[in-house]
Amino acid sequence: MKKYTSFFRLRFAMGLSYRAAAWAAVSTQFAWGVMEIAMFQAFYQAEPERFPMTLEAAVSYVWLQQAFLALFAAWMLEAEVFESIKDGNIAYEMCRPMKIYPMLFVRALAMRVSRAALRFGPVLLVASLLPGAYGLRAPQGIDRFCLFLGAMILGVLVTVAFGTLVYGITFFTISPEGLRLLVTSAMDFFNGAIIPLPFFPDEMRKVMEVLPFAAMQNVPLRVYSGDLAGAAAARAVILQLVWLAVLVAAGRIVMARAERKLTVQGG
Amino acid sequence: MIMMNDICKSYHVAKRNAGFKEACRALFCREYETIKALDRVSFTIADGEMVGYIGPNGAGKSSTIKILSGILTPDGGACLVNGRTPWKERVDHVRDIGVVFGQRTQLWWDVPVIDSYDLLKDIYSISKETYKHNLEELTELLDLKELLKTPARQLSLGQRMRCEIGASLLHGPKLLFLDEPTIGLDAVSKLAVREFILRQNEEHGTTVILTTHDMQDIEALTRRIILIGKGRVLMDGSLEDIRRGGGNIDQTVARLYRDYDI
Repeated sequence: MKKYTSFFRLRFAMGLSYRAAAWAAVSTQFAWGVMEIAMFQAFYQAEPERFPMTLEAAVSYVWLQQAFLALFAAWMLEAEVFESIKDGNIAYEMCRPMKIYPMLFVRALAMRVSRAALRFGPVLLVASLLPGAYGLRAPQGIDRFCLFLGAMILGVLVTVAFGTLVYGITFFTISPEGLRLLVTSAMDFFNGAIIPLPFFPDEMRKVMEVLPFAAMQNVPLRVYSGDLAGAAAARAVILQLVWLAVLVAAGRIVMARAERKLTVQGG
Repeated sequence: MIMMNDICKSYHVAKRNAGFKEACRALFCREYETIKALDRVSFTIADGEMVGYIGPNGAGKSSTIKILSGILTPDGGACLVNGRTPWKERVDHVRDIGVVFGQRTQLWWDVPVIDSYDLLKDIYSISKETYKHNLEELTELLDLKELLKTPARQLSLGQRMRCEIGASLLHGPKLLFLDEPTIGLDAVSKLAVREFILRQNEEHGTTVILTTHDMQDIEALTRRIILIGKGRVLMDGSLEDIRRGGGNIDQTVARLYRDYDI
């Protein structure tokens, strides 16, 4: 176990060393959040009765999404991992007395957490200071906040498990480009990164809510404001657990096959 | 003890002629060629031996090293390294081996070398005392003192290679596979690396398999040489066997390649 925690530590420390990137990200995320909220407000003012969330819920959704972007962003797959599969540097990782799946999992998790660690503070601070309808409200009740934290941890694990599965598949396709494009577009669309799921037409939403993508950021961001509560929230969290188990199992199977059939590229 | 028995490995390689027309044609009808990288390769290496594994480009040297390190599964044949089949018991197997791939890097790019080393300590579960002892020895022999604090990306090729070799030996492996370890090194570094490998063998009884195109490496380090070409073992003998024709070793080896038509 210690080897995996050390792996996490080093990857985490590495993530912390990119300070300039973090500042750039914080300002981008802040600007993006303001723009999105302005858009939602325009919709809300036009036709409040057809707005599927409360405005407050939509605003907190946006701010939390921006603050924790690094935890859930689809495109944050590690280029280094793809690169090392493509050029064969992964050979060294395979010469270690470690299982490949947990290693890649821990590495992806550390990267996301380290990036988020530098970013969420400033965004949340500014968002909570913003006046009126633009601001992020304090959490309502300790129960809901705990559920939010739990759902967020599960959401991150599901996101990482999905990413690790993608790494596994890359062992077979060699070139990551096509797969990465497909996966990131699908993820952004289906997990509520572009538009929160309640805004989709009912029929479509029902399908989308059972997909693994809905088990990522969708649940925690909606639980926080109470948009998802009670039995619906419980169902969503159980679905997160199910998808986590399924994705981890699938990832391990793919990786085990890759290990056996793999050709390390280059001489 | 390493035993390779009738190991075969072939790759499918998509091939086409040059040009745009050919590229379009390959969209619909792709021609694959099966390349036999290893064709019934057999040899046995005893503990504490130093073996030079030579052959022209594309002969199958790296494939052999990959199989011995457990990261490539052969199509057929048997291989036992210290009683284990590398690709079946990969995790247990790799604890005992050290590998240097001269063309790749195992150091973390953006952090000081010592961070990579510390991680290896935990990955291999090296005890504190052993780690301290090995690190001190390696630092002295490979002259790493100043390099350890530098991020890997700022090292020159030769400096990096010394760090790579150090990294592969931190856990005190009984077996050392070196795939072109002196590639790109200057004269001083080359001598240092050779000296170091010799000492590892003498003092720790480390078994070393070395692939290289540098015949001086072979002269300096190995008594036994296995020559491989087109995936087959062509000769398994001593340096003297190769030298028999007299003259400069590079010319002799080149003649050998021509004689065997590889």
